[in-house]
Amino acid sequence: MDPTLLLAVNALAGGLFLLCAFGIVTMRQVRGCLNLFIAQSLLLAASAFLLGAAFDSWHLVGVGIVNLIAKPFVIPWILRRMLHEEIYARREIDQAVNIPTSLLAALALVILGYFLTLPILEALDPASRLGNVAIGFAGLFLGAFTLAVRREAVPLLIGVLAMENGAFFAGIAMSRNLPFIVELAIASDGLILVFVVGVLTRMLHRRVGSTDVGALAALKEGEP
Amino acid sequence: MLAFPLLAALLCWRARTPGIASGATLASCIAVLVLAIDTAFAALRGGTVVGVEIAVAADALSALMLLLIAVVATGAAFFSRGYMQRMREGPARLWFYYLNFNLFVFSMLAVPLLVEPTLVWIFVELTTLCSAMLVGYENTREALEAAWKYVALSLMGAAIGLLGFLVLFAAMQAAGGGTYTWEGLVQAAPRMPPALIETAFLLVLVGFGTKVGLVPLHTWLPDAHSQAPSPVCAVLSGVETTVILYVILRMLPVLDAVPGVDLQLWTVSFGLLSVGVAAFLLIQVRDYKRMFAYSTVEHMGIILVAAGLGSAAANYSTVYQALTHTLTKSFCFYAAGAALLATGSRDILAQRGLIRRSPATGASLLIGGLAIAGAPPFAVFLSEFSIFRAGLAEGRYIAIGLLVLFIAIGFFAVMRHVNRMVFGAAAGAAEPFRLPASCAAVLVVAAALVIVSGLYLPPPLHELLQRAAARMAG
Repeated sequence: MDPTLLLAVNALAGGLFLLCAFGIVTMRQVRGCLNLFIAQSLLLAASAFLLGAAFDSWHLVGVGIVNLIAKPFVIPWILRRMLHEEIYARREIDQAVNIPTSLLAALALVILGYFLTLPILEALDPASRLGNVAIGFAGLFLGAFTLAVRREAVPLLIGVLAMENGAFFAGIAMSRNLPFIVELAIASDGLILVFVVGVLTRMLHRRVGSTDVGALAALKEGEP
Repeated sequence: MLAFPLLAALLCWRARTPGIASGATLASCIAVLVLAIDTAFAALRGGTVVGVEIAVAADALSALMLLLIAVVATGAAFFSRGYMQRMREGPARLWFYYLNFNLFVFSMLAVPLLVEPTLVWIFVELTTLCSAMLVGYENTREALEAAWKYVALSLMGAAIGLLGFLVLFAAMQAAGGGTYTWEGLVQAAPRMPPALIETAFLLVLVGFGTKVGLVPLHTWLPDAHSQAPSPVCAVLSGVETTVILYVILRMLPVLDAVPGVDLQLWTVSFGLLSVGVAAFLLIQVRDYKRMFAYSTVEHMGIILVAAGLGSAAANYSTVYQALTHTLTKSFCFYAAGAALLATGSRDILAQRGLIRRSPATGASLLIGGLAIAGAPPFAVFLSEFSIFRAGLAEGRYIAIGLLVLFIAIGFFAVMRHVNRMVFGAAAGAAEPFRLPASCAAVLVVAAALVIVSGLYLPPPLHELLQRAAARMAG
């Protein structure tokens, strides 16, 4: 197929990827967050396939397959099994910052990410100068921002996973020949991550009665 | 070497009885210790011990880290025998503790053994995940809070570090490729674009700096290191932070080899910031385990400053400081664990007159406090002094002046707290307290290590340090 067409579709995937990251910051319900994360992971896999086709890289196709299996299917499956009522509770999850403010801050982070990547893009070889790099950095920042504003366990976990998605989104454009075994190991690492955090969240739920980790503030200096 | 902790973990999982679990853990730690010593001597003789081509290898710097991990893990495993039995949780969950302990040791050992940066990243992440359950083991509200903060912040840092390693790989490709190992990076470094390598290093510094407890992102560290069971604290604080810092140290020769990149400013200022903030926080702590945790933040800062100075002498003092910090800090946490057993409280004020109630505990706390704060006969003083000398030789007067000032503040803060804890009239009922035998044995051995290392450094160890320092120069 025509590489320019593939790259154009890839740019579209990148735009949607960023949109998902925005959604994860602002979504009001846990389930919505999870669905957006699934969409984001699908877009990541799509971008890997598109770039793989555009550059004839079987390696990227492999990355796409690993991502396609691990993130949109296995991770949500683990989460649903372990934390069923957490995800399907129909309630609003509160945020440290209100939604318009956090949207503005997120916008500022995207612009920051774009400017930060300019010198990096110049240093890369021309074939890698794709929108992916800037969008990946922005995704990473937005994930970190999600961690800062969210107060509930599951959305925080999704923030971490979104950060990893961002790192990979930049990674598939920059470092195309990363050994496949590494990709596989990182994906399985992600599964262990979800499992451990899931167990921890369950323990919290049993002990404290809620998963509002923002309310946990017993440990600090000064007067007890 | 990696097989032993895994085997032990498997045994814990299958057997589920505390006796077998702790025995297997101890046996595997001792086996690892023997192997680590063997690796260290092999590294001294032959330079680099290669396990699997371009995947597993150990040079002097790795061998030093392995040795430190093995020593602390063995001590902690032995200490756990007595300590964990006295704690609240029944033996039912003890196998779970040892299972995680072994997995944690396994993931830590893998970090210096692997030579491929992204694989190292995976195991750094695994250290977080395996130790999270250990931090939250006591299953109280506070312990879970600490575990949660620990996991959330460390994983955030890990994601940033991942991007850093991916950028590093891109830099490698831009330089024309090669094998993606620490060694290969140093070789390819002169051809790398400076912008990429700078970005990569900053991302790794911020990402892994989170896990090391460097200052803007240190907030989880005192929580996790104070809430975890004491033997785990000894491993977390004594050696895990050092191992993660090792990954940052591995980046430095790469940076040195790139023309036109000067990131020493970053490492030195990050380090100084950590030392300074930790020193002031040390003044106002009320919990002695948190005190030692802040002291870890301080020491990580000191090591980073030393690494940033960049001369051969400074490199030597960097690894020396890593060694002394590991030995001393793990001892401090054993002492803190003993104090916790003796009084059942983490509050500094509740410990008054500890030396009357339990002379062994009080004396170890005193020795530990003196040693970690950097009082003269102990090794930490010597390593800090060597940093001081190296800094003066480099002419970095401002950095060294600030460093000395902060260390002095930290010293007085620690001494004041230790003084209040150990001496004075005993608070409350002064019934004498007997330590479990295994805890007492660990305290004696660790104290001997701390005291002897201040007076005498065996020649092979000295040479290992020198070779490790040489590896940092690339």
